[in-house]
Amino acid sequence: MSRTHVSTVINGEQTDFLCEPQQTLLDVLRDELNLTGSKEGCGSGDCGACSVILDGRLVCSCLMLAVEAEGHSIQTIEGLATGSKLHPVQQKFLEHAALQCGFCTPGLLVAAKALLDRNLNPTETEIRYWIAGNLCRCTGYDKVVRAIQDAAAEMRAEKRA
Amino acid sequence: MTFIEKKSGLKVVGTRPIRPDGVEKVTGRAAFGADMSMPGMVFGKVKRSPHAHAKILSIKTEKAQALKGVLAVATAEDFPNIPSEEAFMGEGPMNFRDLSRNCMARGKALYDGHAVAAVAATTEAIANAALDLIEVEYQVLPHVIDVEAAMAPDAPLLHDDLFTQGVEPKPTKPSNVAKRVHFELGDVKAGFREAEVVVEGTYATAPVHQAYIEPHACIANWNADGQSHVWTSSQGQFMVRAYCAKLLGMPIANLRVTPAEIGGGFGGKTLVYLEPVALVLSRKSGRPVKMVMSREEVFRGTGPTSGATVWVKLGARKDGRITAAETVLKYQAGAFPGSPIGPGCMTGFAMYDLKNVDITGYDVVSNRPKVAAYRAPGAPIASFAVESAMDELARKLGMDPIALREKNAAKDGTKAAYGPTFKDIGYVETLEAAKTHPHYKTKLGPNQGRGVASGFWFNIGGESSAAVHVAEDGTVAVVSSNPDIGGSRASMAMMAAEVLGIPVERCRPVVADTSSIGYSFMTGGSRVTFATGMATVQAAENVVEQLKKRAAMIWEISPDAVEWKDGKAYPAGPNAGNFEPLSLEAIAAKSGKTGGPIGHEISINAQGAGPGFGTHICDVEVDKETGHVTILRYTAVQDVGRAIHPSYVEGQIQGGVAQGVGWALNEEYVYDSKGRLENPGFLDYRVPVASDLPMIEAVMVEVPNPRHPFGARGVGEVPIVPPMAAVANAIRDAIGVRMMSLPMSPPKLRAAIDKAK
Amino acid sequence: MPKVHLTGTAVRRFTGGQTELEVEAKTFRRLVLELDQRFPGLGRQVEDGMAIAIDGTIYQDAYNAPLADGSEIYLIPRIAGG
Repeated sequence: MSRTHVSTVINGEQTDFLCEPQQTLLDVLRDELNLTGSKEGCGSGDCGACSVILDGRLVCSCLMLAVEAEGHSIQTIEGLATGSKLHPVQQKFLEHAALQCGFCTPGLLVAAKALLDRNLNPTETEIRYWIAGNLCRCTGYDKVVRAIQDAAAEMRAEKRA
Repeated sequence: MTFIEKKSGLKVVGTRPIRPDGVEKVTGRAAFGADMSMPGMVFGKVKRSPHAHAKILSIKTEKAQALKGVLAVATAEDFPNIPSEEAFMGEGPMNFRDLSRNCMARGKALYDGHAVAAVAATTEAIANAALDLIEVEYQVLPHVIDVEAAMAPDAPLLHDDLFTQGVEPKPTKPSNVAKRVHFELGDVKAGFREAEVVVEGTYATAPVHQAYIEPHACIANWNADGQSHVWTSSQGQFMVRAYCAKLLGMPIANLRVTPAEIGGGFGGKTLVYLEPVALVLSRKSGRPVKMVMSREEVFRGTGPTSGATVWVKLGARKDGRITAAETVLKYQAGAFPGSPIGPGCMTGFAMYDLKNVDITGYDVVSNRPKVAAYRAPGAPIASFAVESAMDELARKLGMDPIALREKNAAKDGTKAAYGPTFKDIGYVETLEAAKTHPHYKTKLGPNQGRGVASGFWFNIGGESSAAVHVAEDGTVAVVSSNPDIGGSRASMAMMAAEVLGIPVERCRPVVADTSSIGYSFMTGGSRVTFATGMATVQAAENVVEQLKKRAAMIWEISPDAVEWKDGKAYPAGPNAGNFEPLSLEAIAAKSGKTGGPIGHEISINAQGAGPGFGTHICDVEVDKETGHVTILRYTAVQDVGRAIHPSYVEGQIQGGVAQGVGWALNEEYVYDSKGRLENPGFLDYRVPVASDLPMIEAVMVEVPNPRHPFGARGVGEVPIVPPMAAVANAIRDAIGVRMMSLPMSPPKLRAAIDKAK
Repeated sequence: MPKVHLTGTAVRRFTGGQTELEVEAKTFRRLVLELDQRFPGLGRQVEDGMAIAIDGTIYQDAYNAPLADGSEIYLIPRIAGG
């Protein structure tokens, strides 16, 4: 089977890879590029554990073929922190104990970032509907929502400062 | 071991530090089952039966073996044929022979999804292609799934060597009923004669899956001399080691199992599926083999919990005192015996002080995946029925539902329905807290209703190991034997830090593999904070004694004359000598000279776990046109003993409630007429999402368990027990319709609403 | 002599329906041995499949759990969890 050469930007870095036609972006991130932070929970776009941001848009990387990434810019969980400085939403998840097993956490964090990139003042309802595509079986979502609200508040304060 | 009385001076236990493994989880660096690779690794895939019930006439693997890139093919022939052997496992005894046949079918396929063969190949794509080349000849047999249908005298039989246990005279014909259990107290017939009010009903629940977001995943590496290594996501590395060794006939010492981070378990990962198969493929191929289940495989091939029918009858006097309680529970076990019928029988009435009780339970096999433990196994089903019946009883008596429960509540000194007398329990406290909570007084609007329900779980102790080692700079490693499924390693570090008197950041926990720490029973049964915590405290206490001895040596005084406080050694009084206190760092720095490294490992069998009780209040709104139920507000009160890390205790309560709500409203297995699963994915197997739930208020009541050094009780399982009835009772309150079967999904609610017109 | 109550059907098939027994034993270990002597096979059943509740405290796998004359002793099915 011949492999396609794909050129893309991942977490701000120029990244090239070879892939087969049937490989999803998630397969390539995990198996070719060793970026195992994005997880496969269902392979059918229903659980959100594979969430990445594609050109600023929240997508399930298991629903995208790797070849489709050609020329696009992708952000994964590995790109959320800046060096050793955590993104506010990562810090708030820790402070609010918004994770238990941690498996859905990367997808949830990427989804939360995508929300806060466009809306720094979401209501509780807006948060819940935005992250409805990220399944969590451990937390019941209560502390997750609180963490996102708190991250939004901190980011609003930083913006004002 | 001493019980540390709650002084206001607890410095670490009860606070909310950031969990030590948190940063790697929020940055995506934590390594779960499928995140690992080994050099030379190849990929394993499983071929699964498309038939719910079939004889396997032959399996031809030549074409698959000939495919380029295929390195090994395995069937039941590659596994030892284990004779029937009962072993205690997870929930209820399970036969190792059955476990082996569940991992790889032998002779018969017993459910849609049952593993019949496996391949290892250089890529996943080749492995999948090879599966299609394996030719399996089936003789399809009639199948049976529903529990009542499986009990019928003319039902298709799964096993011709299964005879019902627990009935007299012993049966001569095989059956799908694996066993009958019976508990009784007093005289129910007399009790019902005394009753002035009686309620009776038959309730049904659908099978549901634990639905952990991380599918099963492992890598197995079998070396040529038989020494092997398994990396796996599981609730017990020692369990994986024991079961693989048993199933494959290996000496246990030849197998090292490393626990990966685990993406949810809830009981569903307290047994093995892939690991023995991966080991066999690794042995045959000479390469490490990675196996990861797809979501579809998780649904088709791994154990959900039972579907069931439960008949309940309650009798009471007009003042609310229950005079008689009777119930018959029928639980699906799946393809092999071993449903949680025992605990189901014992937990339904456990909250109540009853003199006359009669409980009968049946464990019934049917053509579905073998049932596995799911958070308080058996109890949510029994409580759905009992707590719904209690609600009906309260209505008939014109009593407030909490008042009815208070009138009959189990207290210290109450004899449990299953025998022993309760000691140091907090059920009444949860009722009191629920009753006085502002939630209970808020007004409701049209089509809105409020439901109350209670729950119970035993919680267990068991074997656990822990080690505490002091490094040369005075920081401490806390080594634990249990996979961390909910934040438990943070609690281990906190308890050790409390005993040592040092900041928790200087106490770093790890979860060790089977060769690096003593044996432990698996993570489950709400036991880790209790049992592994107890081991951790004892190890830390031993280290404190060693530190005092070293200080004594440095000061040249008797060890009896040394005190340990806030991380330092002090002379125990002016007569001991005028010495400056010695910190942990100072003593550690001199450890080589004072006798060697300072540390202690301990293995215990923790006894005396305290049971947990909960009382939940749920408000719903029902859309009568669509049948959709919205959870408006939820308050879950639970006796937690002592909350070591309150945030993670709240998390357990909130998570259990969410699973219970899913079980109540949407989750179920849908089968076609051939017994094949139609909804093996998260689109149609509907678990709660963030927009389905409100904030969940977790109210922690603390009635300490005196048998744990800090008073901890298990907390993880109780919260899933009340929600189904709490939601059903709220729906009844909202629209006057009593839902008798789960899930209470929109089509069923619509049908019930129409019927009630 | 401590009085032992047996809950659940599994053990009763060994004891012919008896649910209350008086057994000369000061520890759980001794109890198991005595029961097995009286009803062959019951010892293994109790050891592998049951827990013992002594005055309300549940012990699983504890040979040296002490039994006193006045203790309330129940043999109940073993429990694990999920």
